[in-house]
Amino acid sequence: MSKHTDIIIIGGGIIGNATAYYLAKKGLSVTVLEASKDIGIGGSSRNGGGVRQSGRDTRELPLAMWGIKNLWPGLSEELGVDVEYIQKGNLRLGKTEAHQKILQGLTDKAVSCGLDVRMIDGDEIRAINPYLSDEVTCASWCPTDGHANPLTATLGYYKKARELGVRFITESPCFELRKIKGVIRQVVTPDAIYEADKILVAAGYDSRRLLATVGIDVPMKPMKMECLVTEAEPPMFLQMLGTAEADFYGHQSKHGSFVFGGSSGLEPFNKDNGTPISSSIGASCTCRGIMKYFPALADAKIVRAWAGWLDDCADKVPVISPVEEVPGLYIACAFSGHGFGIAPAAGYNIAEMMVDGQSIIDLSALRYDRFKPKQ
Amino acid sequence: MKSINDRSQDIGPFVSQTDDGVIICRCEEITKGEIRQAIHDGMFTVNEIRRYLRSGMGLCQGQTCGRLVKNIVVQELDVIPAQLDPATSRSPMRPVEMKVLGNEEVTHV
Ligand SMILES: Cc1cc2nc3c(=O)[nH]c(=O)nc-3n(C[C@H](O)[C@H](O)[C@H](O)COP(=O)(O)OP(=O)(O)OC[C@H]3O[C@@H](n4cnc5c(N)ncnc54)[C@H](O)[C@@H]3O)c2cc1C
Repeated sequence: MSKHTDIIIIGGGIIGNATAYYLAKKGLSVTVLEASKDIGIGGSSRNGGGVRQSGRDTRELPLAMWGIKNLWPGLSEELGVDVEYIQKGNLRLGKTEAHQKILQGLTDKAVSCGLDVRMIDGDEIRAINPYLSDEVTCASWCPTDGHANPLTATLGYYKKARELGVRFITESPCFELRKIKGVIRQVVTPDAIYEADKILVAAGYDSRRLLATVGIDVPMKPMKMECLVTEAEPPMFLQMLGTAEADFYGHQSKHGSFVFGGSSGLEPFNKDNGTPISSSIGASCTCRGIMKYFPALADAKIVRAWAGWLDDCADKVPVISPVEEVPGLYIACAFSGHGFGIAPAAGYNIAEMMVDGQSIIDLSALRYDRFKPKQ
Repeated sequence: MKSINDRSQDIGPFVSQTDDGVIICRCEEITKGEIRQAIHDGMFTVNEIRRYLRSGMGLCQGQTCGRLVKNIVVQELDVIPAQLDPATSRSPMRPVEMKVLGNEEVTHV
């Protein structure tokens, strides 16, 4: 078994898997090293499935818009797996004047980037989604947003990349990157040393520890977020939903179940017991948030709750970047809780960057050396 | 001991079996054939199969089919059961209405 490939990717989440797929499509040999036993065990199979442009920072918005235009619509067909992509819009809901202000601010910024998003009132909101309570008085509405199934999308990229010859090796926690003659060359795991001409670190929060072995730092911290899912319900609505207050977000899946995420407010201070275990307060708090907007869901039964870590960046947008100081090294991490929707576009553009030296979308605003002290 | 970590290992072609139509996960109606096909698509762990097919994600949360799925993987990949972890258990233990789960008293002083 040769331990050398053109490229090594560290991390078998959706970012690693998607990049592996697009690289293999270009004819490169790729090894993906995944620390755990399961492919996609990180945020990629724990997220809320939002494929959004609205609400995003303008530095990552062009990437999100490009992916929604060019990749998401054909993804199920391309991967041969139903990723359950539904593009029926995103409503970000508000109830108060303060909410209205937040939503207006986000909307103005997105419009300046050319996104079709606008503010609508209560009547228009309930024309789109009749189940929302009368308390909801304003919303931003982006008709080209949507949602997809994170589990099948993440594993779909894995399946297709594997078919194209990408080598995936699980239970391979990388703990050191090594340069040889000034350029990146080796990845060290407990069982083996792997070699490649180029290496992508896409290991979520753990990327920080790994990058430190070659003197690079990305300022991010882990944050635990929780989700829950109901039993299958009759079809009610197709939009992705969020709120100005960020008390819950979610959608009804193709299967009929509602997938909702929420926050209790204590996320940045959660106990780190090594595994992302849901807390005793999270699901209850999210349920209260949902029922305020959707009284009709009070009887829906919760069948499962779970938690996942975000890699929360100091400035809330990812690092997608070559590292010139360590030639051959590339970084894709710190997606800050919204990396699922842009994953196909990110993977595609990282592959372009690694092979052709230039991505289709200008990613210079997401460089690793952008972090400066305050003035 | 054979490892399942190298996902490119040759596990032979998918050959259909007479009992492929048997339903293994009753809640989500997933058949043995679908599970075997998923293994050939690269899903080598019980968690991966669950996420790929929804087996064990229904009302009983895999309490019925968990072991059956594991046995299918054991046979298909020719490994021993101890090499495979069961799917992760998740709260709540039984389906609970939103109005019940959300009904704890929170006193903000
Ligand atoms: C609860 C929750 C809800 C979310 N909701 C949304 C949403 O609605 N929309 C959206 O766009 N995004 C959402 N996100 C964010 C999204 O899930 C992530 O941004 C995205 O999955 C990131 O993918 P990734 O591949 O970078 O990370 P991950 O999926 O975390 O993958 C990293 C992988 O690297 C592996 N790894 C770590 N260390 C090592 C090592 N040393 N060696 C080898 N492998 C290693 C890990 O085991 C893991 O498999 C949410 C996240 C959470 C947790």
